Amino acid sequence: MEKIAIVGVGQTTYERNKIETFDELVFEAATKALKDAGGEIGDIDNIVTVSNDFWDGRTISSMAIQDAAGSWGKDISTVEGDGSFGALYGMMRALSGSFDTTLVVSHMKGSESIMNLITNAMFDPLYQRSLGIDATSSAALQARSYMEMSGATEEDFALVSVKNHKNAKNNPHAQLPMDVTVDDVMKSKKLADPLKVLDCSPISDGAAAVVLANEKGLKKFKKDPVWIKGVGHTSDSYTLGYRDLARPRALEAASQKAFKMAGIKDPLKELDVCELYDAYSYMELMWYEGIGITKEGKGAELIKSGETGMDGSLPVNPSGGVISAHPVLVAGLTRLIEATLQVRGEADKRQIKGAKTALAQGINGPCGQAHCIFIVGT
Amino acid sequence: MGKRVAIVGFGQTYQRSSRKDVNGPELINEAVRAALEDAGLTIKDIDAIVIGNMDHFEGVNYVDSWSVEGSGGVMKPIFKLTTGGTTGSTVAMAGYYHVASGMFDRVLVIGWEKNSESDTTGAIVTAFNPVWERPRFGGAIAGLAVEASKYMHNYKVTERDGARVAVRERLHALNNPYTHLHQEWMKSMEIEQIVDLLITSEENQMLAYPLRMSDMCPRTDGAAAAIFASEDIAEKIAPKPAWVVSTHNRHNYALLGDIDWDSNDTLESASKAVFKDAGIKEPFKEIDVCELYLPYSYAGLKWMESIGFCGPGEGPKLVWDGHTDMDGELPVNPSGGVMSSNPIGATGLLRVGEGALQVMGKAGDRQVKGGDVKYAFTTGFGGCNWADVMLLGKKKPS
Repeated sequence: MEKIAIVGVGQTTYERNKIETFDELVFEAATKALKDAGGEIGDIDNIVTVSNDFWDGRTISSMAIQDAAGSWGKDISTVEGDGSFGALYGMMRALSGSFDTTLVVSHMKGSESIMNLITNAMFDPLYQRSLGIDATSSAALQARSYMEMSGATEEDFALVSVKNHKNAKNNPHAQLPMDVTVDDVMKSKKLADPLKVLDCSPISDGAAAVVLANEKGLKKFKKDPVWIKGVGHTSDSYTLGYRDLARPRALEAASQKAFKMAGIKDPLKELDVCELYDAYSYMELMWYEGIGITKEGKGAELIKSGETGMDGSLPVNPSGGVISAHPVLVAGLTRLIEATLQVRGEADKRQIKGAKTALAQGINGPCGQAHCIFIVGT
Repeated sequence: MGKRVAIVGFGQTYQRSSRKDVNGPELINEAVRAALEDAGLTIKDIDAIVIGNMDHFEGVNYVDSWSVEGSGGVMKPIFKLTTGGTTGSTVAMAGYYHVASGMFDRVLVIGWEKNSESDTTGAIVTAFNPVWERPRFGGAIAGLAVEASKYMHNYKVTERDGARVAVRERLHALNNPYTHLHQEWMKSMEIEQIVDLLITSEENQMLAYPLRMSDMCPRTDGAAAAIFASEDIAEKIAPKPAWVVSTHNRHNYALLGDIDWDSNDTLESASKAVFKDAGIKEPFKEIDVCELYLPYSYAGLKWMESIGFCGPGEGPKLVWDGHTDMDGELPVNPSGGVMSSNPIGATGLLRVGEGALQVMGKAGDRQVKGGDVKYAFTTGFGGCNWADVMLLGKKKPS
């Protein structure tokens, strides 16, 4: 199969209450990605936007941004889900023979949305919604289930918050760069037991974009390519009771597929850096296990060993991760952008020295139901 | 170069105004099982799934996640697309790109809607800009009424011309057991008589001039599913698959006021791109059958011109002369079309699937040209001026 390259990346800063409208955010990210690639909108032959009618408060929400994405007169489509799935569809289109260059752009104005109501609407309307369940309370169930299975403690979860918020201090795009201690996390306000405010990602506004090209399309741009070496996506069951919430088997399947495509046998040794979707602190530990960089139930041991810290053998979330900025739908695309910057050697203060191969993760649905994994390299 | 791709199976549910016998995932499951059975496959054979609908019609967020137990997506690759009225044709295009990319061999695509659970116009109104458009111009009917009025003004088109399209669609629907509207009373009357009745009857309520109830699509519960397969296996699954010859789309839109109402620019531009790929120079002569997303009657006149089947203002003559009827030179919507059934997220996929059935010679009572269909032309169109076009063919593309 032909290879697809990431040739341009662009992202806004992530903040709460940005004054720009979402088409302005899309325009900013798309313009930055094209500039980064050393090209212009005329070099793009098709576009994939990512949006969600609930979060945007509009039916056919992609109507609002097509002009900002520069799609006039071009083929365009819209993925509803995390931006990583948008990048995956953009990749398919560039492989299909119909197109050579895809612009993928995703946006979110969490500040204009009511997270609890919107994520409550992803649950069964008859049996579950009236219980008030939402993204955070379902995550709390998953966290508790994982604690039961692995023996991990709330203090272990807090280590993720401490590490990633500190890493965010090196990332000018991050929303919550800060020094916090395990004690600060433990004393922060409880939202849904065992999760506290500092275990949870913030409400964020922002947009991100990538330019993808096949080998023919590459010639239009100046930037050296970063290759997509592997990709995989898989969904678990929907009903929480049908799933083993503590064991992310869909993540395992998606990452194994991506590793096989990339020829990776030992991810702990062969990956240089990971950008995982830590919407809640405990998730990072579970995702370690899902992608196979540690054994089942050993996520807490891995973070305590320091191996996933900035100086460890496999740093995870040098950007500060999703816990430091969570524009929903955008965040997985941001992981892919961060992974790309790392293997380019352009991650500035958050650069992992000599990074050649990186993993990026996006998720869809409650408690990480579906996962999309990218492996990128030079 | 990508893989060549064919449709090897298609299934649809019975479409009715309210399918109270099933919930959303069950409705989806009904279409999925029908498509798998048509292709002689099981869900284990499916490598990836694409699904689509419009969120605000059911009020369910993340439908791809919510429906996996009905769609068969548990432990499979799946994601969702949504582009409004075109969602069904958009998922068909995604099925094509999944397979053409070489990443997947057998891909299941699903479009569905339970409009009975929604306030359809209430949901559609929110599609428009909250400051500039929503207070004065929203919903499906108002925009179409403006388009029809402008078209009538430009070419001296009459209400009888619009009604003639409605009659064709409803007569064709009588051959389709799956479709929503079956107006059996039309059978015993001459076309001219029905047309006169539709534009004079007080029972046929005026919604927004010149559009009456009979000029509009209904709102429907229903689902459709199709299976796309790569050139390596397509002919093993289906002896006569429907090959995707070319597909393109356009969405040239910013604000309603920017649209040139004299033509359907996006449909014209997407159609041209497809004809160019396929080497089609005279669409009216070279295409054997159409399944077009015509949500209201006047679209069956003006948009025929935009696609290039006839010149500007010539739509009414084309239709009155019977060329687009079942036994005409270019039968349009043998299924009865959108005006006979509109489960919105499924509607575009119904067009693609019905086109595939025509090419495969499996359209039953609604089959045209004795089953000898070389090219079937299918479209999706949304009120946000989104146009999807997919040309299906009998011959494997070179």
